[in-house]
This record gives sequence, C-alpha cells and structure tokens, in this order.
Amino acid sequence: MEQSGTGAGAGSALLSDGRIGTTVGAVADWSTSTDHKKIGRLFTGFGLLGLVAVSVVAILRSLEVVADLGVFTGEQLGQLAQLHHFGLALMVALPLTLGLSVAVAPMQVGARAIAFARLALLGFYMWLAGAVLLIVAIVNGGGIGGSDSDMVDLSLASMALMMVGVVAAAISVATTVFTSRAPGITMRRVPFFTWTALVQAIALIITAPVLVGLTIYLFIDHRNSALAFGTSDALADWIPRFFSAPVVYIYAIPVLGVFAELLPVSVSRRHPMRQVVFAGSALVGVAAFSGVTMQNDFPVDFSAAGQDVVKSLVVMAFFVGLPLLGIVVTLLTAPLVAKPDGSSSAKPRILSPMLFGLLATLLFLLGAVVGVLLQVVDLELSGTAAVEGSVAIVCLAAAVGSMGGLVFWSPKFSGLKRDEKKVLPLALLGALGVVLAGVPAVIAGLAGSDNSLFSTLTLVGYAIMALTVLAFAGATRGGTADGTTNPWCAHTVEWSTASPAPADNYVALATVRSAEPELDQNPQGSPS
Amino acid sequence: MTLALPSGPAPAPRRQLLVGSALAGLAGTTLIGGMLAVWLLERQHAVNAGERFPMKYIIPEVATNVMLMTLFGLCFFAQWAVYSARRQDRGHTALALSVVAILALAFINAQAFVYSQMEVELAEGVYGSLFYALTGTMMAIVIAGLVFTVVAAFRTLGGRDWQSEIVSAHALYWYFAAAAYSAVWFVVYVTK
Repeated sequence: MEQSGTGAGAGSALLSDGRIGTTVGAVADWSTSTDHKKIGRLFTGFGLLGLVAVSVVAILRSLEVVADLGVFTGEQLGQLAQLHHFGLALMVALPLTLGLSVAVAPMQVGARAIAFARLALLGFYMWLAGAVLLIVAIVNGGGIGGSDSDMVDLSLASMALMMVGVVAAAISVATTVFTSRAPGITMRRVPFFTWTALVQAIALIITAPVLVGLTIYLFIDHRNSALAFGTSDALADWIPRFFSAPVVYIYAIPVLGVFAELLPVSVSRRHPMRQVVFAGSALVGVAAFSGVTMQNDFPVDFSAAGQDVVKSLVVMAFFVGLPLLGIVVTLLTAPLVAKPDGSSSAKPRILSPMLFGLLATLLFLLGAVVGVLLQVVDLELSGTAAVEGSVAIVCLAAAVGSMGGLVFWSPKFSGLKRDEKKVLPLALLGALGVVLAGVPAVIAGLAGSDNSLFSTLTLVGYAIMALTVLAFAGATRGGTADGTTNPWCAHTVEWSTASPAPADNYVALATVRSAEPELDQNPQGSPS
Repeated sequence: MTLALPSGPAPAPRRQLLVGSALAGLAGTTLIGGMLAVWLLERQHAVNAGERFPMKYIIPEVATNVMLMTLFGLCFFAQWAVYSARRQDRGHTALALSVVAILALAFINAQAFVYSQMEVELAEGVYGSLFYALTGTMMAIVIAGLVFTVVAAFRTLGGRDWQSEIVSAHALYWYFAAAAYSAVWFVVYVTK
C-alpha cells in the first residue's frame, strides 16, 4: 500500500472540512505526549530544522566572503560564525543523536516506556527554549565578543538551559537502559545502538554539568563585574572548548551504533565480535574526560626534546587518540561480519540506512583524524579554519548517521517503510555535502590560506546539506505499509512488536535468550 | 505471516528512582567538581599575584562548620527514613522525613547567615562573583533536596501504595549533597 502525505494548500481544506480541530488535537497530543517515540521525534525533527538553519547561516557567511556582499559588518560576521559553530553541535548533532536514542533505545531493551518520560519531555522543552533564546541572543550581538551585554548574558543563560535539558533527557535514556530491560536482555545482549546511546548518555551526564557550572560563573561575573573572567571577548577562552574536538565526538557516538546495528542486518548474520564493538564505542566515550577537565588542547611538538614529545604524545593519545582508536576498532570488525561463514543462505543486501551509517562512520573517522592533526604543533592548525572544519565534519556526520537511523526505525514510528530508491541517493548526497562543508576548511588550515575557493566549496557543501535535508523530509513523507512487523529482517527485539509500535511498545514479551532474538525466530531472513 | 516471539511476563522496571537519583548525583558531582576546579584555578592566579583569596572578608567558620554537621546529620535522618520505610513504619518515616526537611531549612538559614555576615560585594572583585556562583549553586542543590524530601513524604505517606524506593533515592541524593558540600566547605571556607 502506497501512502502519500497531505499536499500543500491543505490549509483551506482544513478550514472547509473541519479538520482544523483534528490538527489542533494532534499538536496538543504531540506537545504533551509522554510516548518516548514522539519525544524522540520532536528532538530529531527540530534537529533537522536546525541543520537547515545552520546551513543557511554557513551559506550566508561563505557568500559574504566569496562575493564580498558587504551586507554584514565584521562583528555580525563574527556572531554568525558562532551561531554556525555552536549551532552545529547544540542544534544539529545533539538533538538528532539524543532524539534517536530517546525514540529507539527503550524499544530496543524491551521496555514499555522510557524512564521518567515527563523528565525527557521537559528536557526537550528546555533544549528547545534554550535553542530559540540562543539564536535570539547571538543574532542581537550576544555571542562571544558581542557588543550587547544583556544579550551576552542571555546567550550564557540559554546555553545552560539547553545543557540542563540535555542532561535530563540523557538521564532518562541511561536509566531506561539500566533498569527497564526485558527479561533476558542482559547488558551483554543490549543492541549496539542502545549501547552507544548509553555511552553517549553517560558522557553527556558527566560533561554537560561542567559546562553548566562554567556558564553560571560566566553569567554572574559578566552580569555584575566582569572582573574574574573578563568581558565578552574573554568568553572565547572558555566556551568553545565544549564545542570543539574531542568533546564533539560525544555528540556523534550513536552513529557507530547505527552502523554496527545495520551491518549484520544487511548480511543476515550475527555479529561475531559484539564485545569488541562495545569496547570500541566506549573508547569514543573517553572524549568525555576532555569535557570534564575542560581541556581540548593537547599539543604535541615534534621539534621538542624526545622525552617531552613522548610525554605530550601520551596525554594526546589518551584524550584524542583513544576515541579515534574506538572508531577504527568498530570499523575493523565490519569485514568479519561481512565475511561469508555458511551460517546463513540469505543474500547480502545494500540497505539504504546501512549506507547512511557506513558513510557517517567513515566521516566520523575523518573528523577524528583531523582532531589528531589539530594537536600537532608543527602543522600550525590551532586557531585556523581547520578547527571549524573538524567540528563540521563530526557534527554533520552525526546528522547523516541519524538520518539513517530515522529511515531504519521508521516502520516502528509510523508503520511505513521508506522507499529505498528515494532515500539511498540521499546518503551519498549527504556524505558529499559533509565532505564539501568540512574538508575545504581543513585544507585551508593546512595550506595556511584563506582562498575564496575554499569558501566557495564550503558554500556548495552546506547548500547540498540543506538540499539533502529537504529532500529527506520529502522522501520520508510516504512509504510502504505492508503490515509486517519486521520488514528489514532485523535481528533485535523491537522488531517483534507491531509496526507502528503501540504507545506502550509491547503487548507481551518473552524472555529473550540471545542478542538477536528475531534472527533466532527467523534464521532465513525473510520479512515477517 | 508474522513470526512473533511467544508472549511472556511484562518487564518491570527495577529501582528506576534509585538509579535516576544516582545519575543525577553523578551530574551534580561533575557540576560542583567543575566549579571547584575553576575556583582553584582563579585562586591560584590570585596567590601567584601575591594576594590572599579572599583578600578582606572574614569567614564565619562556626556557621560553615555547623552547615557541614547539619548535612551529615541530615544523612543520618534520611537513612533512618529508609530504615522505617522498609518496615512500613509510617510514624517513624514521617518523623525522619520531617527532621530531614527541618535540617535542610536550617542549612539554608545558615547559608543566608553566612551571606549576611560576610557581606561580600558581588561587583567588587573576582572573589564576589565566584563566591556567590559556587555557594548559590550549592544552596540550589540543597533546595532541590528539600523539594525531593517533600515529594518523598507525600508519595510515601499519602500514596495509595507504600513506596520505600523513593525514600532510598532521596537518601542517596542527600549523601551526594553532603559529599558535595564537604568539598565546597574545604575549598571555599577552610583553605584560604
């Protein structure tokens, strides 16, 4: 059965046939729902909206550089740069990955509901209110170095509000995984995505409060005397370290879960090294220590004396190298999954969400490699456009991976399996957008050049990202509802419930006896 | 044909409030820990510049010490509430939770006394903003604990079902608050 959404011009139809009441009811239902699937989709929906907004900001910045429009003053360009930088982390990567965790993790552990559902909903509203206030503050000159003192205070307060909301949602996710697992789902059997959601949640729980505490200091000092931390220019010494590598890796951790979850599904085989993937994604969580210690600068100067190089290398390897190692480990297990072992007769498939996950993981790896290069003093990348490039690559990779997750779990949200032919090219388009949006800035930093060619490529990259999101929104409005509970022949327990999943997820659930209960039921891998 | 897993018992959440409180305590620990780290950094800057930190304010140490003892005592009564709640002893649970609430109010009162005695000027120097930010956050944590105590009392004593888990979670929160204040007390009020 093919379904298509209501088209444009539906407004007059709404008025004429009385559907406006239904629409108001739907809005009220969504805005007050304690169904974790709806709360998660609110996060992801606004995350996608944030991606379009951030892309527009990046395009405006690049246009000003390339075409020399003279529309923005130097200060306004600086504020736009911050909106771009903070927006990538706070308004794109965080809501998309955290929202996907809220929507999916409870189902994956066999829970009927997310723990503290009202807390998760409150977290969403705190994040949303903070995001709106942050945009208002920065647009009115309240960013770092901004001239409007009241707006600077507002931007600090809104940032704290967002992070408190994020912690609230993270506590809900982590508590669900710890306490609401169905019988038989031990911590060793939790699905990969849920594991990465847990790692991200714990990393956020320990990192975000440090930023909240810092913003409390900065707010009170800036509001009253500006003697301890200085004026708004001095905020640059404190705030950006929470939105740069390696802390931003935390925001992209669930991307690894999407990839690790979908690869075995696409080859209809069990993952032979589950614990290694668990360890790999946990290693990426080491990035949280960078946030807790408020450090993102671990310089390695190869021209220094040998003993000093070794000392600085050890520190850098812990904070920046271990997260990179975690991504590499996760990727290295992929060939082992894909290698035929005769356990299944099902043919490998190229699933569109798997492609999103694979490309996002590879881009995450690229961002992490750039993160290591940033620490090499000899390359002189510190303070260059490469820093912004690394953030863009990681955060946009998180967005691409989240899109894959939204496509994959769409049958559980809406009952519709999205049209793969429409969605699959968007994975490639999105990846191209990420590369163009981030890599030119890194090359510009390496080359020590601010050539307008790099800005042009960045402009094209963000235009592609915005186009990808709009096309994604269009492609995911329709789909096929064939009545099966498991159209992907996926392995985990959430695929045993109806599509779409009921508000309380499961009518009944058996004791789970393996990490792939659906594969146990259906070893031939046919849709059920 | 749909292949579904055979039906079974409904999964029941296990100690959700306790785990949630532990995670909130973890978040609070990094909140206070991060703020103390910035405090120590700023104090180091002042000391390196040849100054004392604080320069001129006299800390009413009796009050701050009493605040510390109040929180330790509060933990004792919170644990008494847990002991009573597990035995479904309504009278002792109510009494213990009431004492916890009174001690939390006493802490807030003592903090207000410290503010009035020290008369730290917020806009005067580095110390003022750092002092009010850190101690104000600590007081907010205690006020949140007071609210938690009231909620625990309502849900335990006024609820349809006897719930001892919320009292345990509430006690865990106060352990965190006592630990956090111990660190604040040592860094802000003891070391100069």
